[in-house]
Amino acid sequence: MRDAFIAELHQIASEDRNVLLLSGDIGFKVFDKFRDDYPGRYLNMGIAEANMIGVAAGMAMSGKRPVAYTIIPFLTMRAFEQIRVDVAMQKQPVVIVGVGGGLAYDILGPTHHSIEDVAIMRALPNMTVLVPGDPAETGAATRAAFELDGPVYIRLGKNGEPLLRPNVVDFEIGKATILREGTDVAIIGSGPILGIGLKAAELLAHQGLSCRVINIHSIKPLDAAAILSAGQQTRAVVTLEEHNIIGGTGSAVAEVLAESACAVPFKRMGISDTFTYEVGSQKHLLKIHGLTAENVTDTLASLVG
Amino acid sequence: MSDDTPNRIDSKALSKKANELRLNVLDMVIAAGGGHIGGSFSVIDILTALYLRVLRHDPENPEWPERDRLVFSKGHCCLALYNVLAECGYFPRSDLERYCVDGGLFAGHPERELVAGAEATTGSLGHGLSIAVGMAIARQLDDDGHRIFCVLGDGECNEGSVWEAFMAGAQFKLDCLTAIVDSNKLESLGRVSDILSIEPLGDRLKAFGWAVREIDGHDMEAILGALEALPFEQGKPSAIVSHTVKGKGVSFMENMTPWHYRGPNAEEAEVARRELKALLRQ
Repeated sequence: MRDAFIAELHQIASEDRNVLLLSGDIGFKVFDKFRDDYPGRYLNMGIAEANMIGVAAGMAMSGKRPVAYTIIPFLTMRAFEQIRVDVAMQKQPVVIVGVGGGLAYDILGPTHHSIEDVAIMRALPNMTVLVPGDPAETGAATRAAFELDGPVYIRLGKNGEPLLRPNVVDFEIGKATILREGTDVAIIGSGPILGIGLKAAELLAHQGLSCRVINIHSIKPLDAAAILSAGQQTRAVVTLEEHNIIGGTGSAVAEVLAESACAVPFKRMGISDTFTYEVGSQKHLLKIHGLTAENVTDTLASLVG
Repeated sequence: MSDDTPNRIDSKALSKKANELRLNVLDMVIAAGGGHIGGSFSVIDILTALYLRVLRHDPENPEWPERDRLVFSKGHCCLALYNVLAECGYFPRSDLERYCVDGGLFAGHPERELVAGAEATTGSLGHGLSIAVGMAIARQLDDDGHRIFCVLGDGECNEGSVWEAFMAGAQFKLDCLTAIVDSNKLESLGRVSDILSIEPLGDRLKAFGWAVREIDGHDMEAILGALEALPFEQGKPSAIVSHTVKGKGVSFMENMTPWHYRGPNAEEAEVARRELKALLRQ
């Protein structure tokens, strides 16, 4: 996903010389081509994230189109107040791109994981929150972010994520995409973890349950209609995210369902409010959290009774 | 040898103007029942010099792309900023009646959305210099000649983010950027040096790679002398440590911690007015 982001950014930067890329001293060799092709427009801001965000805001106020990039916790949490005041409150067109969503930085340990970012970025007025599910969506999200011309947060995985869909990407801010049609149960999720959701839908099909899989890559603004349709048209809904079940995708979906008095059996699946102290690969850690296709299948099956 | 060299006339007139604005600040604080009066009085001389004499700007066209930018990072002292902006004509003076009232335009910290001439919404300390650095890098890329100023408080320099910005200013060789620290030696609850010392400030800023001058922030000639010598060194951002007195102009406020944020009672108000008016007659 990271490579897809940088490829699309490179293209956008060729179209608009105001595009600038700020990095918090990460991305070994990743930005070499950008730096070489656009002299002066790639800036390593050092390990100083609060300053990086303020600088990006000042650049935006001066007519530039900056991207601020680093690992998610240092970007969104250390510098959250700068994002709040300098970017969101003053509505500046800064594209905030965080890498390492969820447990993508696995073996580096919990300091480098991010399970709270969607929750806190969602709570900022004027902030658009995008959680693409694969490299193709990442490219589309990047372009959409620049077209929006306002504060945007894009949550990337890392690299090596498979495509969720082999074909054309339709990516629209505020609109969910249906990855798989279904009528009995529904999985609503965001991010690369939807791959597990798609596998679960396959398993459910073998059990005679038709499972809709909805990708809400646009967490804010949210496609409430798609959520309500799922709630009203199916008999059980599970949300799926590589994030704390508090405050993120699941909570956003729950808000819609609760306020519409839709009483569909519902459960949030994700990281159950714990840091991941265990050591291991992303797959290993997801298993520890119960985030497997089998578990999603079992959860939906038991919800539907 | 004439006493009235052009610089002296300008500086006398500017000093007088700053004292007039102190009276206006006082009136606003009395009307609102309180305000950050101490720090507004310490910064108002240099702010008057900047807006009325030094900055290239157009109050009737606050978005003029070639304007000098000033980020007022010590946003709590916006009483000074509001009055200087009004004096320049960014908005009618009568608008200042809408300070801290329902449906008003002027809050206790300046909002970019509401205040013509305010380059950034400040009030949360420690943000402004980074924003100014960003503006300066943009200006450097566009190479279009305008300058960027940032006014900070000394208590504000407790914030670590300020030092990130100081590092960046030097790293990117931003000689179009000037940081002015209103060094009135006090923060909210006491002396900066007793709480979280930033001294020796001038030396620290030099060590951080800035070209530094220290001035008496109430000596208008010294203020103008420093501002007109910018940038102090090619390839380095400039820093002015402006030594001031919190509450300057009113005897019982000067250097007194409680006047960080306070409203004078009737007796204090009368004394303050009398003293400030006396300054105008000098």
